[in-house]
Amino acid sequence: MIENLDLGMVNWARAQFALTAMYHWLFVPLTLGITWIIAFYHSIYVKTGSEEWKRLTKFWMKLFGVNFAIGVATGIIMEFEFGTNWSNYSWMVGDIFGAPLAIEGIFAFFIEATFFAVMFFGWNRVSKRFHLFSTWMVAVGSNLSAVWILVANAWMQYPVGQAFNPDTARFEMQNFAEVAFSPYAVNKFVHATSSSMLMAALFIISISSYYLLRKRHIMMAKRSIAVAAIIGLIASVFTIFNGDESAYEIAQVQPMKLAAFEGLYEGETNAGLVAFGLINRDKKVFDTQDPFVGFHLKIPAVLSLMANRSFGSFVPGMKDLVYGNSEQGILGAAQKMERGQNAIDSLNAYKQSQKDGDAEAAANHLTAFNENKEFLGYGYLTKPEEAVPPVALSFNAFHIMVALGTLFPIIFIGYLYFSMKGKLEEKKWLLGFGTITYFLGMIASQAGWVLAEVGRQPWAIQDLLPVTVARTNLTSGTVQTTFYMFLILFTLLLIAEISIMVKQINIGPEEN
Amino acid sequence: MSTSPHAAPGLILRVFHFYRDGFRQMTVGRTLWKIIALKLFVMFAVLKFFFFPNFLATEFTTDSQRADHVINNLTRSVQRNVTTPVKGEKL
Repeated sequence: MIENLDLGMVNWARAQFALTAMYHWLFVPLTLGITWIIAFYHSIYVKTGSEEWKRLTKFWMKLFGVNFAIGVATGIIMEFEFGTNWSNYSWMVGDIFGAPLAIEGIFAFFIEATFFAVMFFGWNRVSKRFHLFSTWMVAVGSNLSAVWILVANAWMQYPVGQAFNPDTARFEMQNFAEVAFSPYAVNKFVHATSSSMLMAALFIISISSYYLLRKRHIMMAKRSIAVAAIIGLIASVFTIFNGDESAYEIAQVQPMKLAAFEGLYEGETNAGLVAFGLINRDKKVFDTQDPFVGFHLKIPAVLSLMANRSFGSFVPGMKDLVYGNSEQGILGAAQKMERGQNAIDSLNAYKQSQKDGDAEAAANHLTAFNENKEFLGYGYLTKPEEAVPPVALSFNAFHIMVALGTLFPIIFIGYLYFSMKGKLEEKKWLLGFGTITYFLGMIASQAGWVLAEVGRQPWAIQDLLPVTVARTNLTSGTVQTTFYMFLILFTLLLIAEISIMVKQINIGPEEN
Repeated sequence: MSTSPHAAPGLILRVFHFYRDGFRQMTVGRTLWKIIALKLFVMFAVLKFFFFPNFLATEFTTDSQRADHVINNLTRSVQRNVTTPVKGEKL
């Protein structure tokens, strides 16, 4: 199959999925994060009874509503794509993803149909306490519904709690708890939700800074900033810590991704973390070119600490993972390819024996398959170097995310400091910078997903199924057409969102 | 303790009025609902219907055939000189 692949189709299907996912993710973090901050605003209103806090809560609720309405159902397109472009993959993971995605659908439907409506329509129509409870439930519910899609994504990166059934060609769930509570899934959920809260805080800071610069809605803007900056600071520190935990998890289960996003070709003990550097885009894993162009700066031993929780530990580089390193006991992709090909041969022989009615031979081939099945995906690679993801893109995505992620707590501290001093309105430079921070947050958030998904290539399911086998046998022209259709549709929706959002921001909060 | 037989219909009516009045009082929400409706129409009635058929559901009638097709794709890489049929070709 590999030799007959239309690689153009695979790349167009990947591009289409990336476009859809990135577009979907323009809306999701704000929805996840701002619901918590609105719940805090609403709580302050209920506690104080102040009309100003009510006005403020209603204003941010309205902007949340715009974001939610434009973003809703954009994720469904990804499910369409699974069935059409990625049918082999879709069939193989159906048993694993069925339960989490069904739970997500139920959560989303019930919470959005009940508490969402009460949150928007409930002013003066239900008791204050029930109204507040509904606002908190929207925050809880929308974040809980995100759990399941993140569990599904985490499973692709770290496929635990499953067994491959060679009769049905499906990965079958063996242990739901192992899938739902895998450390990868827990880290992914915590990182996604805390960074979303940080994003929402940046959104509020951006718009409130704009009001302060324009000298409009000053009291509302200052109050909004005070709460958002505290939540943003806590969320950003938390995001940094659980980001570090995610990196540790990646080092354990996807060492190639870690090596790629650090541009680490040769394994090292006391490995340093790149603080600054331009990656050499032309370097290949087998050549002797320098991995960096010009000057680069590494913080000694920090990558070892991040990867193994030990300063002096060995971190494998891409060469170790591709060609193997017997000294460190690392099996190379070349050796894994051999085992993977054995798995495929055994699977083929097993099916043939079944057709021939030879039960004993079938049992023997199945045993042989089971011995090598953990390397199944490597059997589809044509050369060991194919196990390396796009290094430059992974490296740049990681370092952009980290650089911006380090900047955000400093911004929140600046806003808190000048707010407490009562000098925020005078600091035009900070307010001016503050207006663009949401866009910086968006870049960091998108870079995080680029790293997560590009960094795990060539796998659709880590080590078990490469994207080239996961796809449907379509022509690239078919996928190309729908790619451009989505591009047009998404652009139109984005224009609609931005124009409605800008209009609402210019109108500002309702006057009493 | 007795409950009124009219309690349930009363509750349903109150919920109905709650939603009805909520929708009636919407301002920017009306535009948003129009966008949502248009978007869902384009997604389900146009994109899904014409451009995104479920490949395995439309090409095969039973799960057993689907499983065989996927297994063939998984094992075909070791069967040299066998081409993979593209959509539209008879399997």
